Amino acid sequence: MKIILKQVILFNPYQNLNEKNDLLIENGIIKKIGNISTDEFNSAKVFDFENKYCVPGLFDMHVHLREPGREDEETVETGSNAAAAGGFTGVACMPNTNPAIDSAEIVRYIKEKSSNHLVDVYPIGAATLDRKGEALSPMYELFEAGAVAFSDDGNAIKTAAILRHVMEYSKMFDAPIIEHCEDESLANGAMNEGLTSTILGLPAIPKIAEDLIVMRDIMMAEFTGARVHIAHISSKNSVELVRQAKKKNIKVTAEVTPHHFTLTEEALKNYDTNFKMSPPLRTREDVDAIIEGLKDGTIDCIASDHAPHSIEEKEMEFIFAPNGIIGLETQLGLALTELVHKKHLNFSQLIEKLSINPRKILNLPIPLIKENEKANLTIIDPDLIWTVDVSKFKSKSKNSPFDKRILKGKSLAVINKGKMFFEDKFFDIM
Amino acid sequence: MSLSSRHLLGLYGVPKDDIQLILDTATTFREVLERPIKKVPTLQGKTIVNLFYENSTRTRISFELAQKRLSADTINFTTSTSSTKKGETFKDTVRNIEAMKVDMIVVRHQSAGVPQFLTRITKANIINAGDGLHEHPTQALLDMYSIREKFGELKGLNVCIVGDIAHSRVAMSNIFGLKTMGANVSVCGPSTMIPMGIESLGVKVINNIDKAIAENDVLNVLRIQLERDAGRRIPSTREYHNYFGITSERIEKNNKNIVILHPGPINRGVELSSEVADGPYQIILDQVTNGVAIRMAVLYLLGTMVN
Ligand SMILES: [Zn+2]
Repeated sequence: MKIILKQVILFNPYQNLNEKNDLLIENGIIKKIGNISTDEFNSAKVFDFENKYCVPGLFDMHVHLREPGREDEETVETGSNAAAAGGFTGVACMPNTNPAIDSAEIVRYIKEKSSNHLVDVYPIGAATLDRKGEALSPMYELFEAGAVAFSDDGNAIKTAAILRHVMEYSKMFDAPIIEHCEDESLANGAMNEGLTSTILGLPAIPKIAEDLIVMRDIMMAEFTGARVHIAHISSKNSVELVRQAKKKNIKVTAEVTPHHFTLTEEALKNYDTNFKMSPPLRTREDVDAIIEGLKDGTIDCIASDHAPHSIEEKEMEFIFAPNGIIGLETQLGLALTELVHKKHLNFSQLIEKLSINPRKILNLPIPLIKENEKANLTIIDPDLIWTVDVSKFKSKSKNSPFDKRILKGKSLAVINKGKMFFEDKFFDIM
Repeated sequence: MSLSSRHLLGLYGVPKDDIQLILDTATTFREVLERPIKKVPTLQGKTIVNLFYENSTRTRISFELAQKRLSADTINFTTSTSSTKKGETFKDTVRNIEAMKVDMIVVRHQSAGVPQFLTRITKANIINAGDGLHEHPTQALLDMYSIREKFGELKGLNVCIVGDIAHSRVAMSNIFGLKTMGANVSVCGPSTMIPMGIESLGVKVINNIDKAIAENDVLNVLRIQLERDAGRRIPSTREYHNYFGITSERIEKNNKNIVILHPGPINRGVELSSEVADGPYQIILDQVTNGVAIRMAVLYLLGTMVN
């Protein structure tokens, strides 16, 4: 089947591409850029995306799909649907499932579950068995089965000793270690520590709980020569630690979530558990440092930390409610609204952080907008104004603090693996 | 005159007029408590639930007595563990209770924010009887009432709160209420027990107990709650007593006009020596009596509001 994207702006900073043209896709392969004949126009399904941006498919390297174990909250399928609706053609899913992704069997199970979906799902293996921080997981075997990185996300890798071995081992196949940076002994809290936590009377987590592990991990990466990726960075000092480490050519990369560059701890004043996350929302000063870090490249990418929870679990007394919010369907809108329209990043930097850099970190090929390449594309209208409505989300869970928020910028369609998602529907374009 | 909110969730941001009104109303009820027949029909026909997720006999009895004195119907729902662990969620429990047509809920819970949560899921008036480390407004109101009774007014008084400020909802409610009423508030305790950012609330930090006694008119001395991980913030109760305990010698050396409050129950030999706990400087039992009057005032003012 042939489809034509008419008069789109073909945009890929990785190729230095920025041109308005027609794009012909045949059976999922980019066949022609421009010079499309009237006959071809007549025989193809034509999408009028004039002046909309066509970019390499977006990639979210930090999502929780809850399968296996909590299929009531999300599945590989519903999470992938949410990804497509949010403009993503690929995700990497965290191993804190039940059982954890610590065997090749589970890696294959997840890959199998996603094999027919438009969205590519890459499992992240547990760094240690059952994420307990005691013994190495069969990392090599997981890698060969398709794991693209290793993490004990939800927690930092427990001790320096096991972290050292995880890092040393990972070098054999050049996979990054993704760290949830939080010192467990300081992290028994429900929000950031400071005046606001004092006023709200919630047990609090100091920023140094994050900074200490970021520092430990950077030093361990330097010592072992392995690659470490700092997940959901949230504190000003941590951003500075990563900046300095990069100057010393230590192999460290970092991501930030939309909520950590959009919200501050002030949002907690009504004790709404949809603002409870780990790491917790910080202060204005941290948000400013994060934006600075995004601008100067200290922070390589944006990832959602999409963390579905059932309504019953979230509608709980604040200290008992679980951490985390869903983010796949608001991520692009928030990034455009808060970063691009506020002129902190240009569109090209945004695409690097939402598509190119996460794939580079995970050693995945970067989709090219070029004849004879597979079409792996996201169509974006950066100026579309829309209102978030969680009831329309594809995700099985609804725990978003952004319901009813007005955003500027949205994905219109995604194309990958011979499939397309457009106007709320999936269909084959083979 | 009526209050500006139909709930009492805390004293943070509560206007001066509201606090004044509660304290003045309590004076009226304080007189009722001196009568041979200590009961008024004010809340006849109203149903009040005391929803206590944390064990606190003292606070519950004080509320219950206040409710009986006002002729309200009272139901006690007490559970020491969270019902969430037993299968029923907090929200379901509350919905069930509300279906029994209750007018007011007095709530104590180990999680901060539960009173606010209740305002979203029920229509009843909510009174916070202590939530996590957040607030315990009626305790602070009775403390303020007791101080006012002793000194005539709160404005300009020097009041120091002593103890584990970082883990005390009583301290926070006192700070907010006293500041609003124009008192000069300071805190004194080991530096591991002073919360972050407290100075930005206009509170002075004193880390020497002799200085705290010398500089203040009132000390509100908190209970050292070893069960609330105070044990990890101080080496021992003996060391705490040596450096922060209030003793007769310290009072006589520094300030013989000091007035001592304590929300109870007292750890004798820890925050107060037995001599001080029973001595002439403390007004601890007045606080208990005033507590009933304050709770009557709050219940009356909220219970008779036109919703
Ligand atoms: Zn995490």
